[in-house]
Amino acid sequence: MNMTLMRENESPANGFENVESVPFSEKVYETSNLNLWYGENHALKNINLDMHQNEVTAIIGPSGCGKSTYIKTLNRMIELVPDVKTTGQIKYRNRNILDQSYKVEDLRTQVGMVFQKPNPFPKSIYDNVVYGPRIHGIKNKKVLDEIVEKSLKGAAIWDEVKDRLHENAYGLSGGQQQRLCIARCLAIEPDVILMDEPTSALDPISTLKIEELVQELKKDFSIIIVTHNMQQAARISDRTAFFLNGEVIEYSDTNTIFSNPNDKRTEDYITGRFG
Amino acid sequence: MVVRENFELQLKELQEKIVRLANLASGAISKSYAALENNNVDDALEVIDDDTIADLLEEEINDFAILLIAKQQPVAIDLRRIIAAIKIASDIERMADFGVNIAKSAIRIGDQPFILPLTPLRQMHDITLKMIELSIEAFEKEDVVLSREIIEMDDEVDRFYGEMIRSLLRLSDEKNLQQVTQLSLIARYLERTADHTTNIAENIYFLVRGRYIGRNE
Repeated sequence: MNMTLMRENESPANGFENVESVPFSEKVYETSNLNLWYGENHALKNINLDMHQNEVTAIIGPSGCGKSTYIKTLNRMIELVPDVKTTGQIKYRNRNILDQSYKVEDLRTQVGMVFQKPNPFPKSIYDNVVYGPRIHGIKNKKVLDEIVEKSLKGAAIWDEVKDRLHENAYGLSGGQQQRLCIARCLAIEPDVILMDEPTSALDPISTLKIEELVQELKKDFSIIIVTHNMQQAARISDRTAFFLNGEVIEYSDTNTIFSNPNDKRTEDYITGRFG
Repeated sequence: MVVRENFELQLKELQEKIVRLANLASGAISKSYAALENNNVDDALEVIDDDTIADLLEEEINDFAILLIAKQQPVAIDLRRIIAAIKIASDIERMADFGVNIAKSAIRIGDQPFILPLTPLRQMHDITLKMIELSIEAFEKEDVVLSREIIEMDDEVDRFYGEMIRSLLRLSDEKNLQQVTQLSLIARYLERTADHTTNIAENIYFLVRGRYIGRNE
């Protein structure tokens, strides 16, 4: 479709045509016709989004647009909220995770999550990292040691903590705690990492470290990140979805979204004219 | 509600500076050309002196634009507005330099009577000035239709340029050498000025649409 015409006339039903300018890779998630209600409140409206392997997908939008709600459907954390109803499908690796026969434990060993505020357990650095593997029955000290080193290296924090692995994680700085949480997430060798505003509580340097880390991690994982920081989405993601009032207004390759978006509402948001 | 009111005001200020620079360049071209036609050396010298003002204003625009990028972190059309402003300022500054070049040629010709009617040169001058005027308007209104018209006007300037050069070459001999050379140069300066105006129009198109004119049309 000719983008010029779209801008001058109406936007298409979805603004997804440009997505193909990012090279094709396998789909990790395929969301189709997803609707979600909190009680009477229709929080997600007919969401259709595909997310790809070894890519960083950013979700941006103003507060209350549904971006956090959406990311929480991807590991079914949303079920913890009472009175939630969904329709539609979210396929993870070709299986609908909203199907109640899909065991949530199976899903969460594949899909790790990092939250806004670093949330290490009140345990040692070592015990934080091996928490998941231990639950999965790994007891061998040598194996656990290897997991700790590999995970902490993967989260770019090994050099900073290798000499104090048995100290309490609360003694780390905020940025270090967040990288520890990423390491904890890597320890279960997930396929996908969900990040819900992972740097909003961090200082600028820690933020940049996490951003660098995300670039490294996407070689081995698929990453979906919700962020309020639009420059961050521009810097680190391959594709960006813009949410507004529970709808996906535009989903495109990140270069398009931040240089020449198709929808006026996207442009108004990223240029700071509303939100 | 405008969220970034201060930024909007700064973008407006940047635009105003560009318009001011364009008016300086346009003034330099018209004044130097009038100095040629009227053999007014004083005016020609004034154009040469005043060029510093345009040079300084271009630097001011660049500094202002760089600060805006650094402090406001613009994206999409806002970023294109600022990048286009830098490029357009550079084109306009060059146009002001052509005004100086015309003034110098006018001084060299001095009070010799013209060896041929300057009609095609006058046409080039008039169209070029009109192009500058329209490009200011297109820039202020972010008007892509007008941009396209400006680009088309350049063909006419080129046509008169060819006509002028052919006429001059026919008169080229030892006696007329100085004037043939200087008038050819002036024609060249006007033709180049129109080219830079065309660049401006293309940049306005890019600013508005986020893609280059003439492609994917």
